[in-house]
Amino acid sequence: MLNKGGNRDTTRMLMDRSVSGRVGVITPELDVPAAPPLDAAYLRDSLPLPEVSEPEVVQYFTSLSQLNFSIDTHFYPLGSCTMKYNPKVNDEVAFLPGFAGIHPQQPAEQSQGALELLYRLQEFLTEVTGMSATSLATLAGAHGELAGVLMMRAYHLARGDSGRTKMGIPDSAHGTNPASAAMAGFDVVTIPSDADGNTDLAALREIAGDDLAGVMITLPSTLGLFDSHILEVCQVVHECGGLVYGDGANMNALLGRAKLGELGFDVCHLNLHKTFSTPHGGGGPGAGPVCCGEILAPYLAAPVVERVVDPGNGAGEFTLSEPAESIGKISGFHGNFGVLVRAYTYIRTLGAAGLQSISGNAVLNANYIMHALKDIYALPYDRTCMHEVVFSADRQRERGVSGLEVAKRLLDYGFHAPTMYFPLIVHEALMIEPTESETKETLDAFIDALRAIDAEATTEPELVQHAPHSTPVSRLDEATAARRPVLRWEPAAAD
Amino acid sequence: MVTNFQSHYIPNTPAEQDDLLAAIGLRNIDELFADIPDGYRNPTLELPAPLSELEIQRELNELAARNRPLASGPSFLGAGSYHHFIPSIVKAIMTRGEFLTAYTPYQPEVSQGTLQVIFEFQTMISALYGMEVANAGMYDGATSVAEAVLMACRVTRRQQVIVADTVSPAYRQVIATYCQAQGITIDITPADQVTGAITEATAGIVAQYPNFYGSLEDLQALGEAAHADGALLVVSADPLAMGMLKPPGEFGADIVTGEGQPLGIPPSFGGPYLGLFSCKQQYIRQMPSRLVGRTTDTEGRTGYVLTLQTREQHIRRERATSNICTNEALYALASSIYLAAMGRNGLRQAAELCYHKAHYAAAEIGKLDGYSLPQSGAFFQEFVVSCPQPPAEVNRRLMERNILGGLDVSDRFDNGMLLCVTEMNTRAEIDALVSALSEIA
Repeated sequence: MLNKGGNRDTTRMLMDRSVSGRVGVITPELDVPAAPPLDAAYLRDSLPLPEVSEPEVVQYFTSLSQLNFSIDTHFYPLGSCTMKYNPKVNDEVAFLPGFAGIHPQQPAEQSQGALELLYRLQEFLTEVTGMSATSLATLAGAHGELAGVLMMRAYHLARGDSGRTKMGIPDSAHGTNPASAAMAGFDVVTIPSDADGNTDLAALREIAGDDLAGVMITLPSTLGLFDSHILEVCQVVHECGGLVYGDGANMNALLGRAKLGELGFDVCHLNLHKTFSTPHGGGGPGAGPVCCGEILAPYLAAPVVERVVDPGNGAGEFTLSEPAESIGKISGFHGNFGVLVRAYTYIRTLGAAGLQSISGNAVLNANYIMHALKDIYALPYDRTCMHEVVFSADRQRERGVSGLEVAKRLLDYGFHAPTMYFPLIVHEALMIEPTESETKETLDAFIDALRAIDAEATTEPELVQHAPHSTPVSRLDEATAARRPVLRWEPAAAD
Repeated sequence: MVTNFQSHYIPNTPAEQDDLLAAIGLRNIDELFADIPDGYRNPTLELPAPLSELEIQRELNELAARNRPLASGPSFLGAGSYHHFIPSIVKAIMTRGEFLTAYTPYQPEVSQGTLQVIFEFQTMISALYGMEVANAGMYDGATSVAEAVLMACRVTRRQQVIVADTVSPAYRQVIATYCQAQGITIDITPADQVTGAITEATAGIVAQYPNFYGSLEDLQALGEAAHADGALLVVSADPLAMGMLKPPGEFGADIVTGEGQPLGIPPSFGGPYLGLFSCKQQYIRQMPSRLVGRTTDTEGRTGYVLTLQTREQHIRRERATSNICTNEALYALASSIYLAAMGRNGLRQAAELCYHKAHYAAAEIGKLDGYSLPQSGAFFQEFVVSCPQPPAEVNRRLMERNILGGLDVSDRFDNGMLLCVTEMNTRAEIDALVSALSEIA
């Protein structure tokens, strides 16, 4: 349940609060002679921004913050999102003036510390994925996907292999995979999953031909399962001349347990805002570095950081460079540096043993939840799961309560909802990812809540059907929001 | 077998882990990973040994100390990332765990804080740019303008785009990267020849305002020429300059994007920044990424939701308007706090300080022997100076005096250096720059 800490009004927007003459920031006096005014053709007549004082800004935004669930305030088992604890030291170091206060185009000799950090992080991520090279320039997971599939395209074209127009993507994949493949010009071919939740090898063999550029595989899959056919998948794709892309969204399960490069993947991205604990911020910033094997390294997005050693004295200097056949520059500067600092700090804090403990506990907690609930929630794939477990609310649906309603009812119990109705191949899917950073007590309380909701589905189905009841707002009318979009504040119409 | 390591980020002790294992009928954690093929399980992971927080702080402080922060001396480097004042309240609010550690607001009932902030953000960005609709979901200024190019092609069903050569070189490169597999032709055209180059095959033209070299271009003429042939005018505009400049919307721009970094976001070696994206209402169904709309709940109370999601990848998959998912929401919050605090008067004052200080600096440097200002015409806070020596050499000698000079643009202007002066630069700093340049000449 959400217990709002304060009583400041949040119903009035900034423009509703605006009072002419209120000041939020005092700017310094002009200390140089005023220049002649700009040609009036370039000057604006009015600036419709609010006028509010500093206390009001702090009170308004702080009160708004209290309308959110967050990891720091609530268990947030949102499947596929890896909502783990975000260490505070990571934020603190990212705000150091020597990091937050440096300009991306300062000469390299003025940013050697930053460049060395990036260089080391490239090496860490290359090692974690078992690849050969890494570019940190991509700003989110989907951005990494775009870079990765553009690299696959560039590789084929460089070999004169221009007929590879298709990208195979499993039916369980995140929507970003087909969207990224389309942005790179590919036609998407869907690969079904088999009865065990693995890639359907027979179906894969059917599409494996000289028009297949490659496949995009999420490992573990969005079903929370380690594809036990993965070696064969890579083999089939490679035998037809294709490449294997790894969506690293679920890498929290595999830290120190398996390396994508060793399994046969050619290129992958990592979501540093998931696996490497950088805060999600209500929808970003993230970072989606791309790691790849030797054959794709020349195509990485620019820039990458290189260490140039002076042959005379052996001293190393770090510089930005563009890989030989780079797909090009894909973001304004060198990547989301502040996020990269946080991920570096996380890896340095944990080391190899710590990362392995992360994956071990993440997978253990998910399996604990699976075992504690599979007697009452249907489990479409009854086998050891990885970092997340996907249930179906089919049995609750029979009693008139949908997966969405179960999820909404969890909000009343003070837990964020699981991911719902994804992956698309599971009816009434409820995808639960507890992560490693929750206590046994929290896991037990969550399990108790889901058991209680199942009981309510029998005894008081209306209570579940109309949930949530204790949140700042109840179910919102999304249909009207989309049919008649109101996308910004407007002054109230004069009567 | 992996040795167990008790991290302070993992609450369950080995004994508690054993309890969980017992509950599921296993003896050790390794058994959970049996699906990983033999020979591939538990690979060696060569990473440095773990550090305590005390040690990690020391290491990061040492790395940070090997960089020169902008605030450690006079700095006149802009060119796409700017040194502006950030009120203390921005960091104080944006680091609150309720904002910092929330996910994308897919569950609106428990995400009204994030959603209402985004609605405020959309309102203020629309106002700044003089546009009807703004989204909240782009990565940075470069990728925003690249997405605008793709959108212009979708809207017009045309495949050729003209980009003025006064648009940031980085933006031009990112546009090329985004378009390389789309069959879109990008023509980089001298800014004064753009209007003449537009044809009925042109999807859009792209200009920057102020342009990369600081100057203000005639957006009115560009818009009229584009519209005469059914093309869209795409403008990438500095949002802080909008504190005083007439917004692109008033010149008829169809899509206005921008780099949000000047609005309360530290330079941070290039990221995270914030992409701004706004357009005319008629194009909203072709917009990329997130939009928040106002609606009501079952009891009639006002609330906010993610809306028009059928454009997005998680619904539309390969037919989505973009692949964007996670973007820069925390920095949309930062810039909303910034804009709320600066407000109507503060933003205008900040913009005017930049304008007057930059013009003072330009006038003083223009008086120096050996230096000249190769561009005439209106500018905001950046301008090019032709130096008597190569800019790299001038910058080196400025740094001997702990002054960070401008960007080397000698590829376009003879010994050209692009200087930026903002409200952060005092008169004493500007005078120090002028006097140093005079000595270097």
